[in-house]
Amino acid sequence: MAITYLEAIREAQAKLLADDPRVFIYGQDVGSFGGAFKATKGLAKEFPGRVLDSPISEDAQVGLAIGAALEGMRPIVEMQFADFSTCGLNQIINHAATMFWRTNVKCPIVVRLPCGGTAGAGPFHSQSMEALYAHYPGLIVLNPATVEDAYSMLIAAVAIDDPVVFCEHKYLYYHLKADSLPTEALPVGKARVARPGRDATIVAYSAMVHEALACAEELATDGWEIEVVDLRSVKPLDTDTILGSVARTGRLLAVGEAFPWGGVTAEVVARVATEGFSLLDAPPMRLNAKDTPVPYHPNLWGTHRPTARAIIGAMRELLQA
Amino acid sequence: MLQNSDVASVKSQSDERRERYLSAFRWMMLARVFEEKLASLYRGGKVIGGVFLSKGQEALSAALGTALRKGDIYAPLIRDSAGRFAFGETLLEAARTCVGSRLGPMRGREGNIHRGRPRDGYYAMISHLGVMVSTVAGGLIARRFKGVNDVVGATCIGDGGTSTGSFHEGLNMAAVEKLPLVVVVANNQYAYSTPTSKQYACADLIDRAIGYGVRGYKIDGTDPQACFDTVGEAVERARAGEGPQMVVADLLRLVGHGEHDDAHYVNHALKVSPIGRDCLDVARAQITAAEWMTASELDTLREQMQAEVEATFATALRDPLPDPNLEDWRALSTKSLAEGNA
Repeated sequence: MAITYLEAIREAQAKLLADDPRVFIYGQDVGSFGGAFKATKGLAKEFPGRVLDSPISEDAQVGLAIGAALEGMRPIVEMQFADFSTCGLNQIINHAATMFWRTNVKCPIVVRLPCGGTAGAGPFHSQSMEALYAHYPGLIVLNPATVEDAYSMLIAAVAIDDPVVFCEHKYLYYHLKADSLPTEALPVGKARVARPGRDATIVAYSAMVHEALACAEELATDGWEIEVVDLRSVKPLDTDTILGSVARTGRLLAVGEAFPWGGVTAEVVARVATEGFSLLDAPPMRLNAKDTPVPYHPNLWGTHRPTARAIIGAMRELLQA
Repeated sequence: MLQNSDVASVKSQSDERRERYLSAFRWMMLARVFEEKLASLYRGGKVIGGVFLSKGQEALSAALGTALRKGDIYAPLIRDSAGRFAFGETLLEAARTCVGSRLGPMRGREGNIHRGRPRDGYYAMISHLGVMVSTVAGGLIARRFKGVNDVVGATCIGDGGTSTGSFHEGLNMAAVEKLPLVVVVANNQYAYSTPTSKQYACADLIDRAIGYGVRGYKIDGTDPQACFDTVGEAVERARAGEGPQMVVADLLRLVGHGEHDDAHYVNHALKVSPIGRDCLDVARAQITAAEWMTASELDTLREQMQAEVEATFATALRDPLPDPNLEDWRALSTKSLAEGNA
């Protein structure tokens, strides 16, 4: 029986609700409707009173979660789209993220962000927000790239005593399937070598892992062995695994779907340059989305974000450097 | 200063109401004495950061602090020393936070009015106005999940804070969920320097209550008896399951926004209007007129409080200060997931 990335998220939430009476879900249309993407399908019926519809009030959604967490609950907030989390940004970065440091009281909330681009979604239903949240102290930011991680990292996120921003990729919701749910997983904060290689390293996360793997597959026909590192967690960032990979390959390409200024790929390159400069045989490279809003039409969108084709182009350049 | 109706309202008190009045009055006076000392220390350079006083708002603040009880949730705002003390904050922890002691609840990481003890239901405000409304609602949702019904959550805000989206979202959401939330609005006529005419266009802030579907109360915030009675009623109705309650009290901030602010912009006509009264003077007149305490007993009480405040600050000022070498510089409680510092 195949299970999709989206179903894994639904199953993780079902397990969390079943196993832990402190867990509840709060979000727009998450109740009997089952959520805009059906990530909470059937849960309101299965767990009466614990999957609550909220008004269109992202700030209040997160505020409510913070208050509930202070009182010992483990709330999961679903943002309908990651893009709308900016309306709750203040509560996340200034309230939840500062709580433990200021007051010594834990604030274990999980905010689920359906993020990333899909064809036709346009500027306000496509964004990747991880760099924004990772910038702020006091938050953990997770970006699962596989069905297994979508399931196990969401369960791990709820167990964490700190606020977690859980970036689940909408493009992977239906495209990605696994045979079964995992019974064990790498710990949160550990990156994964998704494909071993020796000629160059691609550091990627979320949907870009699959574009990077497609690139590695294609270049393998030319005899190149490209290593792909799946970050899994962008904060904390597993610098050791990145440096370990670059030590093997000597070449680094960091790929992200987010906007180019700053962000995760810049952080990866900065860390390799400052902590592993001598490991590099060529200047490190970055590949990101373009510095414009995310376009609506597939013709434009397919070029705005990095694809396997674009990564191959960058990688050929890096391999010749 | 004292109006005939003020005396009439307190003369016919039951013993219970008199005790509640006097109890709340003590917190009002303690807040005033504490803040006078704080202002003095600020001028002497002994306080790190800003100092924001509640002069003129003590009755309203004490009304809420005394109406709540242990187990309730309270998220005060910047002019709530009286309510904080009434809810159980000690003078020493307040003083420690204001002078940056390492031994205070905020350990030098946070200052002045941002203090709190969330574990005890005493939430620590952030500077972004309105966010505590939904946060208290969240605390109340948690109590509901746990099957605790006999509980009230309360938060305070000013006229300016009611203009935020956060305030609107929070109160609307609490009303949808029918939570036992009390929102007390101190309409002190100015948000920093901005008058209410630039803050809202409705005839009165209380008109918003019906829009949110919550019960609204309009009171004279300079009349202690009105504050104690009305805020008390709002808290009891919330506790009885009647959903969110919104109290709007008209009063005047009798100081600057902070001690750095000379408040030159305050309209003189407001200062000499009924809302320009000092609630502490009104209380003093009500108490002596009702013959609950004599003027000399009130003076003695104030002197005792001054001595207690002096001793408290003397202790706090001798405390160890925060030490960057002892600070762990990690914002997460899960130390294994904390990033290093580049």
